[in-house]
Amino acid sequence: MAHAQGQQHPIGIYLKIWGLLFVLSTASYLVDYFHFQGYLRWFLIIVFMLLKAGLIVAVFMHMIWERLALVYAILVPPLLLIVLLGIGALEADYTFFTRGAFFGAPAHTPAQHVPAQHR
Amino acid sequence: MTQPVSMSSAETLPLPEGLQGVVADWSSDQRAFKDVPWGKAMMWIFLLSDTFIFSCFLISYMTVRMSTTEPWPNPSEVFALTLWGKNIPLILIAIMTFVLISSSGTMAMAVKFGYEKNRKMTFVLLLITAALGATFVGMQAFEWTKLIEEGVRPWGNPMGAAQFGASFFMITGFHGTHVSIGVIFLIIVAIKVLRGDLDHERPGFLTGRKGNYEIVETMGLYWHFVDLVWVFIFAFFYLW
Repeated sequence: MAHAQGQQHPIGIYLKIWGLLFVLSTASYLVDYFHFQGYLRWFLIIVFMLLKAGLIVAVFMHMIWERLALVYAILVPPLLLIVLLGIGALEADYTFFTRGAFFGAPAHTPAQHVPAQHR
Repeated sequence: MTQPVSMSSAETLPLPEGLQGVVADWSSDQRAFKDVPWGKAMMWIFLLSDTFIFSCFLISYMTVRMSTTEPWPNPSEVFALTLWGKNIPLILIAIMTFVLISSSGTMAMAVKFGYEKNRKMTFVLLLITAALGATFVGMQAFEWTKLIEEGVRPWGNPMGAAQFGASFFMITGFHGTHVSIGVIFLIIVAIKVLRGDLDHERPGFLTGRKGNYEIVETMGLYWHFVDLVWVFIFAFFYLW
């Protein structure tokens, strides 16, 4: 490990990761281009997103070469956000239900991707 | 700062690796983050706090999108462009993604050449990174102009759920601000590299700290983070 002179790695690894990020971005764009819908769409979007994020953090930001004390200090706290995510989802479901009940909109149809003028 | 801070001379004993290393580093009664300049550790902690800010935006976006009874405007159509007579969905956002990823690649290489003390290559790569960042901001300005002309406002829009505009302007606006600050920051570091401030350990304008090539890596962390946030915005706001 070349820590005394900072992070020094061969240029090839950056170029390879750059190429991989291009491939993954193209793949996630194609998910939209070919109109994948439903769970397949969400699954693919999340997989490509996590792969890209992982590559950027691990190689471009040199996380795989850092000491574990720093890695844990930075990567563990964001896991708390899962709690906020859960609270947000619960709250949103309740608000959606209440709006449906009080404003009379059809509460059983989330109606995504339907242009407004066709309703 | 009269005494030069040495990175490795105080650490003559080999540091343990793995989980034992985590315990040893944190319980050492010294600085916890060994082998990294403190500027880099602080940049990481700043980025951690920024992660929470962007997460709050994205989670509130999720909440308003899940709770609206109006249909959400289809991003694939909203961000489509007509190029060469064809209507291509989401093309502008795809190009912006590639521009930002490319700038991340040139930034990573600038860090590498910086540690090799290759001044010319570092300067050129930093400048390319800044140019790509400025291109990204320019395209975002175009996108904002287009949407505002189509009647999208933070409080409503002709395409569907009113919350679309608020989420869009808040999330992309905050990200665009980060990119703009990054471009300014990149140009400053590039000038320092070109002048040889980092080779000659010239003190900084604000801090008086001696210049060294670690600041290029710290700058790089910020820039990669901006790219990282865009990965999440692209997935959740534009593709979902």
